[in-house]
Amino acid sequence: MSPRLYRGAKVAAEIAVPIAMLAGWQLWAVSADDPKFPRPTTILVEFRRLWLFSEFGTHVLPSLERIGIGFAIAVVLGIALGIPLGLSRIGRTAAMPHIEYWRAIPPPALLPISIVLLHSIGNVQKVSFIAFFCLFPVLLNTIDGVRGIEPTLVDTARSYRIPAHERIRRIVLPAALPQIVAGMRNSLSLAVIMMVLSEYFSSTSGIGYVLLNSKNTFQFLPMWAAIVLIGLLGYVLNLAFLLFERRALGWHRGWRATAPA
Amino acid sequence: MTEAALPEPRRRRAPELLDASVAILSVLAALALWELISRAGVISERDLPAMSTTFDALWSLVQTGDFWIAVLQTVRGWALGLGIAFALAVPIGIALGSNDFAAAAFRVPIEFLRPIPSAALIPVLFLTLGTNLSSELFLATFGAFWPLLVQTMYGVRDVDPITMDTARSFRLGGLERLYRVTLPSALPYVFTGVRISSTVSLILAFTAELFMGTPGLGHATNTAYSFGILDQEYAYAVATGLLGVAIHFAVSRAEHRVLRWHASQRRTAAL
Repeated sequence: MSPRLYRGAKVAAEIAVPIAMLAGWQLWAVSADDPKFPRPTTILVEFRRLWLFSEFGTHVLPSLERIGIGFAIAVVLGIALGIPLGLSRIGRTAAMPHIEYWRAIPPPALLPISIVLLHSIGNVQKVSFIAFFCLFPVLLNTIDGVRGIEPTLVDTARSYRIPAHERIRRIVLPAALPQIVAGMRNSLSLAVIMMVLSEYFSSTSGIGYVLLNSKNTFQFLPMWAAIVLIGLLGYVLNLAFLLFERRALGWHRGWRATAPA
Repeated sequence: MTEAALPEPRRRRAPELLDASVAILSVLAALALWELISRAGVISERDLPAMSTTFDALWSLVQTGDFWIAVLQTVRGWALGLGIAFALAVPIGIALGSNDFAAAAFRVPIEFLRPIPSAALIPVLFLTLGTNLSSELFLATFGAFWPLLVQTMYGVRDVDPITMDTARSFRLGGLERLYRVTLPSALPYVFTGVRISSTVSLILAFTAELFMGTPGLGHATNTAYSFGILDQEYAYAVATGLLGVAIHFAVSRAEHRVLRWHASQRRTAAL
């Protein structure tokens, strides 16, 4: 096979396989005729009816709001805590047992506790829950990023008597940024999961609530529409973040491309 | 040009001892703070039982057989989920990683299925497999499968082409190349996948127990919560965290043992 033909076949396969899988699902659903497994086309119609846009304000917006606020808190706290911890060895030694513990605990174990502790099943509890578990990827990556800075850079700045806050703003933060951004990306996909978990356990609104409620009332169509929406949300948020990353780290990529290997 | 890195001088004993004592002091301080906050009423004891009360409750739990059965049930969900995911993801990852065409064909479905939070599948499992072990295993396997698959694919793709060509010119057969070249060089990637997937598998085993009521620590936590037995609820959370830490250390140790020969393991990172 010539290389061009091969490339063409590859692209064709890349398009054909997903379509074939969707078609297979559709055919299977038609032949199974099980109300638990509606046809993809029916799900699509339900998806449009629910989310574009009759229930968008009541259930999608609250979820997006929780993800947004929780993620933002996690990023700010993660960077604010991570920089001093990255710079101080003793601080790191003291903080690491705690970080290791909270990172290893399965998040749902804290769902009931978060409700008791915060007296809330509303935004306070949901946002805190999301923020708490999204904190760790940002925090750990910030610590690592700060630790990985070339010591000569910081020493040079110090010998020029550049004050500490300027050193952090101009040297530490930019140098650690690529890794911080990598942590942020992990946090964002985590935020979607935490949103679903927290709304699936005692809530009155949100995509997770629709999922739970339609399951409890045996309404299979909205349930599948919610599942598709959650999948799509994870995919789209990740894509949006990649675009942001390309902009935020454009200088870094360019520098790396020209740097001698 | 940088010189070849010299082996780092062995760190002296004294700082290690200092590190350990700082870490232990920090944990003790946090526990003392917990006791204080609750006893002084900063957060009411009805919301946050004191540290001593919680550990008392944990101590009585530890003496019951039911507690250990719950722990073993959760560990079983974790181990089987991770094991099944490994058995599926590694062969598929090798196949997709070594075949450009197959990788392209399945790129879109993988990219689309991978970010789906497994938790979104709970209602479907509820209605199909029911509230039993198979649901828990499906959930844990589904979650653990993707990191392992992607890591294996990257690992296989990253095999040094010169090594591969050399093996070919020595007339090593396909199977032997797989065994002697591809697998060893992909192994560090696979183990990173195992580490990620191990965490995911434990989380999802627990999630299934909490939300679907399959027996285990998650179910026990939910029962304590529903009956308002606060100190037990906190005790279960502490126990679950300790289980998570134990599993994390076990997997890291296993990685270190299996990959002893590999450069990444020679100098253990401090943190």
